[in-house]
Amino acid sequence: MSRDRFFKFAVLAFGLVVVALAICLGWELLKNSHLAWSKFGLSFLYTSTWDPVQETFGALPFIYGTLVSSALALTLAVPLALGSAIFLTELAPRRISQACAFLIELLAAIPSVVLGLIGIFILVPGVRAVETMFQVTSYGVGMLAAGLILSIMVLPYITSISREVLMAVPQPLKEGMLALGATRWEMIRQVSLPYARSGIIGAVFLALGRALGETMAVTMVIGNTPKISASLLDPSYSMAAVIANELAEATSDIHMHSLIAIALVLFGITMIINGAARLLIDRLK
Amino acid sequence: MDRTFVRRKRINFLIFSLTAVCALVALSVLFFILGYIAYHGFSSLSWNFLTKLPKPVGEQGGGIANAIVGTAKLVGLAGLLGIPVGVLGAVYLAEYGNNRTGFAIRYCADILNGVPSIVVGVFAYTLIVLPMKRFSALAGSAALAIILIPVVLRTTEEFIRLVPGAIREAALALGVPQWKVILFVVLPTASRGIITGILLALSRIAGETAPLIFTAFGNRFWDNGLLNPIASLPHTIFTYAIAPYEDWHRQAWAAALILLLVVLTGNVAARWINRTHGI
Repeated sequence: MSRDRFFKFAVLAFGLVVVALAICLGWELLKNSHLAWSKFGLSFLYTSTWDPVQETFGALPFIYGTLVSSALALTLAVPLALGSAIFLTELAPRRISQACAFLIELLAAIPSVVLGLIGIFILVPGVRAVETMFQVTSYGVGMLAAGLILSIMVLPYITSISREVLMAVPQPLKEGMLALGATRWEMIRQVSLPYARSGIIGAVFLALGRALGETMAVTMVIGNTPKISASLLDPSYSMAAVIANELAEATSDIHMHSLIAIALVLFGITMIINGAARLLIDRLK
Repeated sequence: MDRTFVRRKRINFLIFSLTAVCALVALSVLFFILGYIAYHGFSSLSWNFLTKLPKPVGEQGGGIANAIVGTAKLVGLAGLLGIPVGVLGAVYLAEYGNNRTGFAIRYCADILNGVPSIVVGVFAYTLIVLPMKRFSALAGSAALAIILIPVVLRTTEEFIRLVPGAIREAALALGVPQWKVILFVVLPTASRGIITGILLALSRIAGETAPLIFTAFGNRFWDNGLLNPIASLPHTIFTYAIAPYEDWHRQAWAAALILLLVVLTGNVAARWINRTHGI
């Protein structure tokens, strides 16, 4: 075999490691969660008793907590991020825009455990003080704190991708709008935003994928109580948080399999969300 | 002047003021976090903190030397495991990968890249911790390597593709075999970008906590080889932060400052190395 062919197959082997890892990941999660699926079936997803002592497991409170905290985070972060992105592309001078974009990307580099630390010692006492002021039961920890800390985490993702897609809007389109007498805001609303729409939605999906899977910061502030409560101020729990808290100490096989089943569900959801995000962002390129 | 025109100008001004406020809020969150950690961290930082082991529970003082060394070991081993796979896999993608195999590899890399880090931790747990029946530094490094691989793979591919075709053709025309062209001409040309990608990936995994909780597990003493539990900075911050001791909280801030310095230095260095490409 010639050396060129040997080299090609050698690098191919390294590439196939990635494929093997992805398949193996799905397989291992399935294999190590089958006890939960065979015992509870799909009711695992819609019952809400989580009792390691009675060995009854239902994941609904965690799914609820994950979805609601992520939705809350996006509600808070999307307007802020979009506003920042518009400011950075349309209003700020180029140098300032680049510097700000760099700083906002640094925000994305802060490890989540550090944000969790900020969450525990600043955000939670803050939320508690507000709750005391309005004379409601003051936990401090809970869905609201989790949503707030998650919104800080996803803010840089949405901002930097939105900024990129907004900068990719063709200049002639924008100039045409201005030449028709539109103000800059009218130009953004009627040309830039519609043109960049799919990219921005893609950015939001990507952020959603991050928020759903985020573990540390959420575990530290969400309160870790497997209850479904309509109030955002009550303590809650998330899928990633219950895995982080219980897997190392899971005593029975069925407990461990139930936790890994939650990991499998999380894997499935994020895979779908990220796939959608990629489709939306790539459509612009 | 026309009254609707005045109104439109006012709306324009109002909206742009709002967007400026948005950017200001985003930036002040960053500065607040950095400032707060610097303020609280520096006051608890000392030579002993960096070079001593943790004291037994309940005693004041002690350091996090084992966690600093542990993070270095975990990240180093993850790099050793993951960087070859990422870089050489990317060589395949960029040089031969415009086919279905290439598509499959890219697709799987994108899936891996999107997997929450806690799920990667669960994967390493089922793959290594369960069969070996023990928490180990090896399992932690494997989890971190799985997070690192797709990041290195995609950035390296991008930068190899940026190498001009003329450089390849010039080398080939001189009679150099293709594998030598790739290893000794193309990769060195793309090296700045590749190093940037590697640095970004390494600083990202240095801050990961979730995949370490049930793989590397943590350790209050010096680690005892790769097959035993090992301490790490992020995990130490986590356990100290949720513990009920005032002294541990103080140490968590200092450890967070060190972790933040490591991660941000890695990030800034990565961008500085690659400043000429502007990507």
